[in-house]
Amino acid sequence: MTMQSPCEPSTRGASAGEGARRRPARAGIGLKPQHFTEILATGPDLGFFEIHAENYLVAGGPFHHTLGRIRERYPLSIHGVGLSIGADAPLDVAHLNRLAALLDRYEPQSFSEHLAWSTHGGVFFNDLLPLPYDQTTLTRVCDHIDQTQDHLQRRMLLENPATYVEFAASTLDEATFITEIVCRTGCGLLLDVNNAYVSGVNHHRDPQAYIAALPLAEVGEIHLAGFAEDRDAAGAPLLIDTHGAPIAAAVWELYAFALDHLGPTPTLIERDNNIPPLAVLMAEAQCAERWIGYTHDYRAEAAA
Amino acid sequence: MSDQRLFAATLLDPDAPCPDGLIAWNGSDPARRFAVYRNNVVVSLIEALAETFPVTLELVGEQFFRAMAGVFVRVAPPRSVLLAEYGEGFPAFIESFEPARSVPYLADVARLELLRVRAFHAADADPVSPEQIAHALVDPERLPALRVGCHPSLGLLRSPYAVVSLWAAHQGIGDLASVNPGLPESALVVRTGLEVQVIALPPGGDALVAGFVNRLTLSEAAARAVSAHQDFDLTAHLALLLRVGALASLSLPTETLP
Repeated sequence: MTMQSPCEPSTRGASAGEGARRRPARAGIGLKPQHFTEILATGPDLGFFEIHAENYLVAGGPFHHTLGRIRERYPLSIHGVGLSIGADAPLDVAHLNRLAALLDRYEPQSFSEHLAWSTHGGVFFNDLLPLPYDQTTLTRVCDHIDQTQDHLQRRMLLENPATYVEFAASTLDEATFITEIVCRTGCGLLLDVNNAYVSGVNHHRDPQAYIAALPLAEVGEIHLAGFAEDRDAAGAPLLIDTHGAPIAAAVWELYAFALDHLGPTPTLIERDNNIPPLAVLMAEAQCAERWIGYTHDYRAEAAA
Repeated sequence: MSDQRLFAATLLDPDAPCPDGLIAWNGSDPARRFAVYRNNVVVSLIEALAETFPVTLELVGEQFFRAMAGVFVRVAPPRSVLLAEYGEGFPAFIESFEPARSVPYLADVARLELLRVRAFHAADADPVSPEQIAHALVDPERLPALRVGCHPSLGLLRSPYAVVSLWAAHQGIGDLASVNPGLPESALVVRTGLEVQVIALPPGGDALVAGFVNRLTLSEAAARAVSAHQDFDLTAHLALLLRVGALASLSLPTETLP
């Protein structure tokens, strides 16, 4: 499988959001057990559902039963949280095998993972831990993404992180680092607008400039979520990516900015904590769809 | 020590200093920022345990449970990225956790909750059908040699405490005040369709199910049940096990029934 590279101007935009083309540029929500019954009973009007791969790496029971039925009616995005692509250790091939089996079973329109690490020495930390942006890390992350894409026989989307610290060892800024990864591996990008905002505030950088510096032609999906507010040791705002609150006004604004540059793009309303009733998430999904509707579709125009 | 090794070791050790090499744009102490990761890890893992062990939590209260789970998370963090599997060692930890000694049945309630989660996610399998049962009964002389295969979701807990009654009282079934925790109970956990059931087995039933789990023949398992409880009612037990879909296969020595 040859990957189109954003490094070559002739192909820029041509591979735009491989995932986006195969699923409508609509809003989706994370599939939560709390909503299983209501979703099956009411069939809400949504563009897609997203699951965390690791929650479905179980043998049987209600999770698979429900997902199978939902998959018959909706596009699906599978989002990994445990591959630990940034780890300074070999990838877990057994985990890659399990992911491959899950992807074979449900044939999702999109598979994504994080620019982060979450395991070390056999321990799983259940958090997305930060990386220094230097050449050593770049090489390692690219090797791991190459291995993942080869193993899974598909293009993956890489999600930009929310971080709370930076590393003295970093020699590249985050957008350059991500652009290099996309360039070298041909992976796509999952643009988490909340992460871009949270990291922007936490590291005192302009989230719009950050987004504009990413390889936007390769974005296949957007994530939107809520954050919590804290303070650092000097009293400066420190935002925590909790996935536990409604999407903030500033993140909606940044989303509109991103859509202006991207055109209509599948967008996930991401809520993993303090899960509200389905109707609350549906309202946020409808809000995202209104923004998508306002967006000028440069891609459709270019294709016409 | 690699950067990630140091970072990882520091995440789970509340007394370890913040790793070197971390910076903040405003020159503020990075330890405050690093603490966000430490907190995320420990709190999210405590939350995972709270989801798996809701009745254990109710029995000791939110504050006690979170403190106890926090100690467990630091000594036994997950070795698998599948959080549904996290907490295998939690019941044994509870048993050795000095402050929980005053609730002697707590570890067994946690064992019961672990069996429920396992049953929930266990492999799917069809329970034995009426046709299979009819076939097994064709030749009554061979019946004693019948081997019964359990459903993959089946779990058995034999406790010196009233685990099922204690658990049920927290589901709004029965009154907690009327439960005598000191009465032994055996719990059968099984998923019927998509619903996980917790059933208190009558005396001898635990021996019968344990016999099936250990692949004894019907007559061997029934003999153990009778020796455990002389009034053991085999027919009633088999009817119960069939009704809840606890049996997935029946096989005679010379054949496997379809």
